[in-house]
Amino acid sequence: MPNHPFSNLKVAVTGGTSGLGLALVKQLHLHGARVAFVARGSERVHRVAHDHPGSSGIVGDVSSKDDIYPIALQILAALDGLDVLINNASDLGPVPLALLADTECEDLEKALATNLIGPFRLTKALLGALAAAAREGHGGVVLNVSSDAALNAYPTWGAYGASKAALRHLTGVWDAELSGEGVHFLSVDPGDMDTPLHALAVPDADHGTLKQPDVAAREILDAIAAKLPVGSIK
Amino acid sequence: MIPADLPVQRPADAKLLVVDAQHQLRDVARLAFVDLLRPGDLVVANDAATLPASLRGHHLATGLLIEVRLAGRRTLEAEDVSDFVAVVFGAGDFHTRTESRPAPPPLIVGDHLALGPLMATITSLLDHPRFVSLHFDGAADTIWAGIARHGRPIQYAHMLTPLALWDVWTPIAGRLAAFEPPSAGFALNWRTVAALHEHRIGFTTITHAAGISSTGDDELDGRLPLDEPYEISESAAEAIAATRRTRGRIVAIGTTVVRALEHAAAQNGLVQAGRGLANQRIGPATRLKVVDALLTGVHQGGTSHYELLRAFADNPTLRHADEWLEQHRYRTHEFGDSVFLERSA
Repeated sequence: MPNHPFSNLKVAVTGGTSGLGLALVKQLHLHGARVAFVARGSERVHRVAHDHPGSSGIVGDVSSKDDIYPIALQILAALDGLDVLINNASDLGPVPLALLADTECEDLEKALATNLIGPFRLTKALLGALAAAAREGHGGVVLNVSSDAALNAYPTWGAYGASKAALRHLTGVWDAELSGEGVHFLSVDPGDMDTPLHALAVPDADHGTLKQPDVAAREILDAIAAKLPVGSIK
Repeated sequence: MIPADLPVQRPADAKLLVVDAQHQLRDVARLAFVDLLRPGDLVVANDAATLPASLRGHHLATGLLIEVRLAGRRTLEAEDVSDFVAVVFGAGDFHTRTESRPAPPPLIVGDHLALGPLMATITSLLDHPRFVSLHFDGAADTIWAGIARHGRPIQYAHMLTPLALWDVWTPIAGRLAAFEPPSAGFALNWRTVAALHEHRIGFTTITHAAGISSTGDDELDGRLPLDEPYEISESAAEAIAATRRTRGRIVAIGTTVVRALEHAAAQNGLVQAGRGLANQRIGPATRLKVVDALLTGVHQGGTSHYELLRAFADNPTLRHADEWLEQHRYRTHEFGDSVFLERSA
């Protein structure tokens, strides 16, 4: 697939062993991208890496400050640079979902650490590589996975919604500040998907009404491809 | 001069001594660095990210504690992570000055070193009791994971607290290459880079494997800098060529950029894109072919960094600068103040 926009592109995905993240890893792998993915569970990381030869699995927790640089280092080592970062790892907040008044402060902090601070820290650590890719004409895109809960005040989705709203705003500010460097930031709401995270939130959902993660992954990759520099196809 | 002992990359009061091409000296705030440049100039920085190159562990033959400081590798290839040259110390930590650190146990070829999750074997001795080449067991991703999790940045006795990786990666760090930080780049942040664009000053990066600054041993220090791999992208080489065509100045951020660009231009004066191994020493006899000005730290006489400055300015000018730095209480070392040195007219 030498002409696919993701062929040989260096892409990192957080939360890459289940749901949307796994679907992204699969499609990126299929399209010939060089993929590094991050997740907390070592067993699943090794299994997904085994199932996608050539991909690099990194064990780490983006909500942990001490994990960010070891993760960033291993991403740069695996890919020898970075063209695209997809901040996909998400924390739902309290499970089962709870009214804000019943939400433990620690659950809100965890959602913010995973959905907001972690992506901020990881992006900051990798910005030099992304800006270099932009200068060299083959990259410089950060996609932050959002949610309609970032826009709408759904009862019981407070911790998740507030963290995703903040991430969405952060994405806009990043983009306004760094588009001059050629680094573009996208916030994409993939919709309600048939994923383990959604099952945690809505255990009795009708699976037939939910979007398949593969479909959402294709839409996300299309959105990224539209932001890649013209002529970046290798 | 005062050692900078806090890991603050861009203190608000950072000073900059300007040594211009006419040998005139003046102080400015380092924040005003961009004002020293002209439209059409090109700033070239080193985007090397610093490895956590200090690995603690045991010398298995004796069971004694050691610290291994990775100091060089042959290439910048991420896959090429099995073989390094390294400096080995005995027990102790950064509270002890490098010069006072005990020697490691006697090392011989074939010795095994247990460094956290990593296992290494000494493959050769490099004519000094603490300077060796070593080979890590395992696949590249396993070795990188071990370095990422177990390694720490090389520490300095003049610092009050241990350094973390976020202290030593410059804002533009993007490729794993350096063994100590290319610290002149601490002066840059993204606001500075944006200001360069606003003033129609170009900005680009190269990657150069900045090596260790001191081994604690005069004989070994005399071998510094070691050979250092570098890479210059097509876009950086084109930006340099375009700037020189229009008579803009090439402004290097750090001595490593000078070393890489001058090595890459050694053949015909033109900076070639690609990979190379900088093995030259730059000093008073060097005729610079590319770099017109240098932003660097406050270096002390006798070091290889200081020798490089002598390619930019003559001895009386550098002596005058040294006196100025002393009188005006400039801060030295990685997190210290800076000097902007224009090549003598």
